[in-house]
Amino acid sequence: MKTIKTDIAVIGGGPAGLAAALAAKEQGAALVTILERNEELGGILQQCIHHGFGLHRYSQELTGPEYAQRFIDEVETSDIDVHLETMVLEITQDRVVYAMNAKDGMMRIEAGAVVLGMGCRERTRGALRIPGHRPAGVLTAGAAQRFVNIDGYIPGKEAVILGSGDIGLIMARRFTLEGAQVNAVVEIMPYAAGLTRNVVQCLDDFGIPLKLRSTVVHIHGQERLEGVTIAEVDDSWNPVAGTEQYVPCDTLLLSVGLIPENELSLQAGVEMDAVTGGPLVDHRMMTTVAGVFACGNVLHVHDVVDYVSEEAEVAGSAASAWLQSEKTQVPDVTVKAGEGVRYVLPQSIDSRGEAKLFLRVTQPQENVVLDIGGLFQLKQRVVRPSEMIQVKLSRKILEKLDSNAITISVAQEVKAVG
Amino acid sequence: MDKAFYVCTICPLSCEVQLEIEPDTKEIRKISHNRCPKGKDYAIKEFTSPERTLTTTVAIEGGIHPLIPVRTDRPIPKPLMHDIMRVSAQVRVKSPIKMGDIVVENVLDTGANIIASRNM
Repeated sequence: MKTIKTDIAVIGGGPAGLAAALAAKEQGAALVTILERNEELGGILQQCIHHGFGLHRYSQELTGPEYAQRFIDEVETSDIDVHLETMVLEITQDRVVYAMNAKDGMMRIEAGAVVLGMGCRERTRGALRIPGHRPAGVLTAGAAQRFVNIDGYIPGKEAVILGSGDIGLIMARRFTLEGAQVNAVVEIMPYAAGLTRNVVQCLDDFGIPLKLRSTVVHIHGQERLEGVTIAEVDDSWNPVAGTEQYVPCDTLLLSVGLIPENELSLQAGVEMDAVTGGPLVDHRMMTTVAGVFACGNVLHVHDVVDYVSEEAEVAGSAASAWLQSEKTQVPDVTVKAGEGVRYVLPQSIDSRGEAKLFLRVTQPQENVVLDIGGLFQLKQRVVRPSEMIQVKLSRKILEKLDSNAITISVAQEVKAVG
Repeated sequence: MDKAFYVCTICPLSCEVQLEIEPDTKEIRKISHNRCPKGKDYAIKEFTSPERTLTTTVAIEGGIHPLIPVRTDRPIPKPLMHDIMRVSAQVRVKSPIKMGDIVVENVLDTGANIIASRNM
């Protein structure tokens, strides 16, 4: 078996892996290796041909491929070792990575540190348990996106989209522009899951109805999808009898959530967070296995790629620093999600440094404050589960901390009187 | 008086800005429900001449994939989206193409070029 020695092995060449590899290099790692199963770098960005990427990082609206190209150009002019069409099979606790491709066969990669950047995958029909037959024409929105934008096939002529996540909304517009008809986007929650901008520019622009508090209750058709029955739901998400409506369609796109892809992490013995579906990490993005770091959608599902790049840069440079001196500060404070907060990352931080927290709220609210462990409060005019919030904790603020835990919660704003 | 509503997409507040419009002259008489001046400008623009950046794909020969993603290099009038799609559907390019290369110049006299979104 071919054996490769490297300082940093990066698993995945999507936005997380690219940024992590570049940051590791910048931090002084001599040998950086990217392992990517696709035939090219860039990950899912290559099929996200719509614009809106890079607003935070570059203050301009790039398409997915344009955003990726900037990182790919940098990787190509560096001496980062890239293995494409290479499948990682196993990562061990002592950071040996087993991978294979058609050219080299099986490879044993002995890495000083490992950065996990495998991304996420889509929830499928199986996760929803929709009654009915199993005809062709039911597929995830991201799979349809790949067919339309990369391979040049339109999966159907008349579609219904279940779930109003951003990919679903984007695909409603893409289908319409490519000449197919979208009869409805159906969302079980009382609000759209995706960004308002996408509701306006992908649905309203084309007169596509968004049916809230509704879901698909039956799939019709034997060989090919013929239609779906949709119904309104009550407060506990159960279909309301008498509200059923038959909608003809030959395609049902599912945009019903993403799941971090952590089979390799689990093999390596990394401990998981039940809420995020990704590894537990500290301020360095290091998992519970020493020398194994994680970033991007494998860690938690992001709404904007800009934050993935930022997080990956933390992971990549920390991996490199850890390799040079394992004595980098260890975490001494745990971070917890309190009232109104779904999760906070990282789950532990170092009180002697500074930290950046990423968090999501449980429900949309206006005029609230974020309470940061009683240390300070942040006013928020509007918070939404779909929009990740970043909070910076400076060294000065952390110095004031006299406990080994911080709880982040959402509270109603109290207006000062007088 | 006619009314028109536009959900502002400038910030996450998503104000539903309301316009009151003179039915005959199509003049805007009143703007309300915006929580900042940007919402006002947004609604006026959406009512008078809405624009969108169009992103799609064109066929490519000799590339790693059969299609290459493209975009307009500036926003185009919203009503022209479908017409521009018909133009881009006819375009065939040959690899190699660089990100930013012009694929269609001044598409439908909009002043916008269709440019490649990546290298291929």
